[in-house]
Amino acid sequence: MSINATLIGQMITFALLVWFTMKYIWPPLFDSLEERKKKIADGLAAAEKGQEEILLAEKKAKGVIKEAKLQSSEIVNLAQKRANDLIEESKDTAKQEGERLLVAAKAQIEQEIQQAKEGLRQEVADLALSAAEQILGAEIDKAKHQDIISKVSKQLG
Amino acid sequence: MATEAHATEGVTGYIIHHLTPLHVGEGFWTLHLDTLFFSAVLGGLFIWFFKTAAEKATSGVPGLVQNFAEMLIEFVDTQVKDSFHGESKLIAPLALTIFCWVFMWNFMDLFPVDILPLIGSMMGIEYLRVVPSTDLNATFAMSISVFCLIIFYSIKIKGPIGFAKELLLQPFGPWLMPFNLLLKLVEEIAKPISLALRLFGNLYAGELIFILIALLPWYIQPVLSFPWAIFHILIITLQAFIFMVLTIVYLTMAHEHH
Repeated sequence: MSINATLIGQMITFALLVWFTMKYIWPPLFDSLEERKKKIADGLAAAEKGQEEILLAEKKAKGVIKEAKLQSSEIVNLAQKRANDLIEESKDTAKQEGERLLVAAKAQIEQEIQQAKEGLRQEVADLALSAAEQILGAEIDKAKHQDIISKVSKQLG
Repeated sequence: MATEAHATEGVTGYIIHHLTPLHVGEGFWTLHLDTLFFSAVLGGLFIWFFKTAAEKATSGVPGLVQNFAEMLIEFVDTQVKDSFHGESKLIAPLALTIFCWVFMWNFMDLFPVDILPLIGSMMGIEYLRVVPSTDLNATFAMSISVFCLIIFYSIKIKGPIGFAKELLLQPFGPWLMPFNLLLKLVEEIAKPISLALRLFGNLYAGELIFILIALLPWYIQPVLSFPWAIFHILIITLQAFIFMVLTIVYLTMAHEHH
């Protein structure tokens, strides 16, 4: 068990191995490890971010839906109100029209009554006149007794 | 089988044969060819595997090879970040290399003790010790390299004066300067020695026990070697881990001001 030149040979071999490992083996392997670590970390971060975004989007969607519901109910209310208004309006119009028609009909009736009255008055006057003519026997002059006739006529009216 | 082959040399001969490295040269200039060969092959395997993973590295879905490589990288990186808080391009790759290489050295221990030497002897190789971490040269080579890095970073971060001050003035202040220096030197030198001897001792002992089990009759061997091998899976991983963590800790200490 002696120390000899083998020692030197072994030291040279060792130095070469260490040099080679340092130069060509450690850096690429270690870098790829680090890179993969970074990739995984980035991926995890991205996943987390995505999940957060989903939550946010869900929240947002809920808000939008709520707003839409509110708006739609508002619209429905408005429409109902408008419909009611329309109905009221048409009711009013119909009432007015009806009244107008009623007034016109009444006026016409009045007019016709007046006409009938006038006609009747004329006829009665004529009848009275002819009756008087027959009684007096052509002694009455229409022109002379105009005053009396119109007096009688007025009493009839 | 191997027991019979070495019957003439006896039990001691068998053990010694197993613990003798394949060597060339004389004195200090002896080279343990088996240690150099196996550690280089294992180092090549390590480089090849990780290079394959690094070339195909993608930040998308990783393949099987990349997945395994990344698992190791993350494991080492966690260990480094737990104790070391500065900026260093060296420490993490160094720790990865140490962990994988030492683990592979130790893993050679789980091959049946006789199989690779048997193949070797067929190819005309007389001695073959397959576990590099049972060679003090291998463990010391690594720990001394780490020690050099400790000294280098201590001087680089704290400056020569800062490092000298730390050596001379701590822990007892300027009045006990020589004593401080002695303590500090022991503390520093203990680092590479303990690193190397811990790994070596553990694996050497483990290998020795495998060899001893191999000397028993064949019907007893599985009963002992099976649990020991399972236990050893823990040991080899633990030893590689300890070497790596201590390296990180020592280099962290070198980076810190006291």
